[in-house]
Amino acid sequence: MTTIHILVNGERKTITVDPSTPLLWVLREELKLTGTKYGCGIGACGACTVHLDGAGTRSCLVPVSLVGDRKIVTIEGVASDPIGRVVQNAWVDNDVVQCGYCQSGQIMSVVALLKSNRKPTNANIEESMGGNLCRCGTYVRIREAIKSAAERLA
Amino acid sequence: MVCDGLAIACVKRMLAFFVIVIVLAGDAGGPASSQQVNAAAASHRTNGLGAWQKVYSVMVSPRCLNCHTATNYPQQGDDRHRHIANVIRGPRDKGVVALSCSTCHQSPNADSTGVPGAHNWHLAPLSMKWQDANDRPLSSAEVCRSVLRLLDGPHLLKHHEEEPLVLWAFSPGRHPDGTTRTLPPLTHEEFVEATRQWVEAGTPCP
Repeated sequence: MTTIHILVNGERKTITVDPSTPLLWVLREELKLTGTKYGCGIGACGACTVHLDGAGTRSCLVPVSLVGDRKIVTIEGVASDPIGRVVQNAWVDNDVVQCGYCQSGQIMSVVALLKSNRKPTNANIEESMGGNLCRCGTYVRIREAIKSAAERLA
Repeated sequence: MVCDGLAIACVKRMLAFFVIVIVLAGDAGGPASSQQVNAAAASHRTNGLGAWQKVYSVMVSPRCLNCHTATNYPQQGDDRHRHIANVIRGPRDKGVVALSCSTCHQSPNADSTGVPGAHNWHLAPLSMKWQDANDRPLSSAEVCRSVLRLLDGPHLLKHHEEEPLVLWAFSPGRHPDGTTRTLPPLTHEEFVEATRQWVEAGTPCP
């Protein structure tokens, strides 16, 4: 067990864990930030996506010891980001969610996309969101919500 | 030759004998010398080609080839299957926004989660592809010529000695089940030494 300091949603947290523990389980079990979901555990579904210094990252694959000083943002903190707020609103307006399990990961990936590209094409969306799976099949509504958010940010 | 007289006379005879031997050797060595030069050059090239084959055996191992693809995506595993999660090459060989290499790959290997990692994880550019359109490794001659179009010998040697992703191939970490990834057929030291021999031989290609 090792004491580790991490910065989550603007707050410094101190935890004592096995340093090889994936960040996902630190967020969910130690910090009770359960908005970030466990899907596949191998980085194939995107449900566990968080931001590390703004970059979409699969938290199920990153040992907490490798996070270092990078700023962690989870779905619980994304609304404090202007683009994050716009994306969440677009999600509600477009009624994207079906079961909702994958949606926090979807939103985190979309925010990362729109921070880099304010006018994503369909190809950009398909490429960037290709690693976020939705078993309810809400892909059409996800794409519409991304376009809607991009228009609001234009 | 037997010396059984005065010492000085004996030494003179010995000197005369060796002068004759040297002159004869010189007469015989003229034409033989160019043959020897040619033989040495051929041997040099042969040694260089042998060293290249060692280098090539590493370059087309899965640890290297999986990111020296001719495709729009990386590969993974010893069977070189397509990378999971719809990962694509992207404009700078590092994936795309929100699905870049660093979405999963960190600077070191993450053995607890089975994800390989090294500094600046990325695909080799398409100009350094070492497979054909059917995922078959390019021939030794093709890879050799391809390498030399991009780097001269000293730069390739430096690349093989120091590039973090090259070093990673020899310390590739563990699979999620804890088993060790297959290593290239040479150690890093043997790989660098083979590269050095190839460079010193003038970077001959098959």
